[in-house]
Amino acid sequence: MARRSAPEINAGSMADIAFLLLIFFLVTTTIEKDRGLVRALPPDQPLDDVKPPVIKEKNLFVIIVNNNGELLVEDKPMEMKDLQPAAIEFLDNGGFPNGQEGYCNYCQGKRDPKSSDNPDKAIITVKSLRESSYESFVTVQNELVGAYNFLRDRESMRLYGWKFTEVSAKIEEGTFKGNEEDTKEKIKVIKSMYPQKLSEIDPKQ
Amino acid sequence: MSKFRKDGGKELPAISTASLPDIVFMLLFFFMVATVLRKNDVKVAQILPSADQTEKLKKDRTVYIYAGKPGEGYKQFGTEGKIQIGDKFVNVNEVQTAILEEREKLRDELKDYVMVAFKVDKETNSGLVYDVKQELRQANLLKVIYITTQTDDVVK
Repeated sequence: MARRSAPEINAGSMADIAFLLLIFFLVTTTIEKDRGLVRALPPDQPLDDVKPPVIKEKNLFVIIVNNNGELLVEDKPMEMKDLQPAAIEFLDNGGFPNGQEGYCNYCQGKRDPKSSDNPDKAIITVKSLRESSYESFVTVQNELVGAYNFLRDRESMRLYGWKFTEVSAKIEEGTFKGNEEDTKEKIKVIKSMYPQKLSEIDPKQ
Repeated sequence: MSKFRKDGGKELPAISTASLPDIVFMLLFFFMVATVLRKNDVKVAQILPSADQTEKLKKDRTVYIYAGKPGEGYKQFGTEGKIQIGDKFVNVNEVQTAILEEREKLRDELKDYVMVAFKVDKETNSGLVYDVKQELRQANLLKVIYITTQTDDVVK
């Protein structure tokens, strides 16, 4: 019998099939957004039996966002781009004089006695009017988180030689190499140096 | 004249398309891997605001709240901002039950670490978001994340 070689399969239509699948996936794909600003809400408390703590006016940094997305910071209008530097200046002020309890020895601010005493006492509070857009709300939050991150990065660079935001992101994602326990402790130290004290006021008030 | 010229002139050889399927397959695999099939149909407009100080979301312990104007095909619900949890619209006073119901779908060991992700259209009133947050405080779900688009510089 004559030997016949097996006929080759025509692969010419392979490309068409692949294109068909490709177009299907192209159309159905939505690359999902999976990053965002993490915040913690204050726990719910019944109003009547808790006395609100007394906070000195100078330790409060009040931001009001109006319905057009314009800012009123400490009773003065402000542009969005100036918010972060202003918040950094407020948090980093360290108004307590040297020697007094609560003196902030790592602050590099102006040490203005009329501004915040130390970063632990400094509270930023945001009031967004009901009709203001969610975008302006998020932008303000972003700028404030940015201010905290800037200060935390600066202190972690000074004390440990790495950036707080980069290292804590690595630990979160599980890609950190090195002594994790030790680093977590250090992150705690940095966090306590500039604790995030952001509050929101009821827009109805 | 020239002795080197062959008669008839050779035709150009056809370009081989043998590697075309390989290229297309490569693209195909990229999209197959990058695709996330949606669990719920989002019925509200979703243009998210942008931010640069973002952190990564942990998908396995997240429940989503969508809010915004009713999207294409849902215009009969009006033009006011609406809240969507799971695949239905809810009112502010129903948020607590709806979100706790959604939480039941998570894995048991992660229920205590639940995080609420806000996917809110940037045109929405922040008052609506504030109301939802008050409800979350009452339900004692205190970790929230505002999902945003990543940009390098938000404030120009």
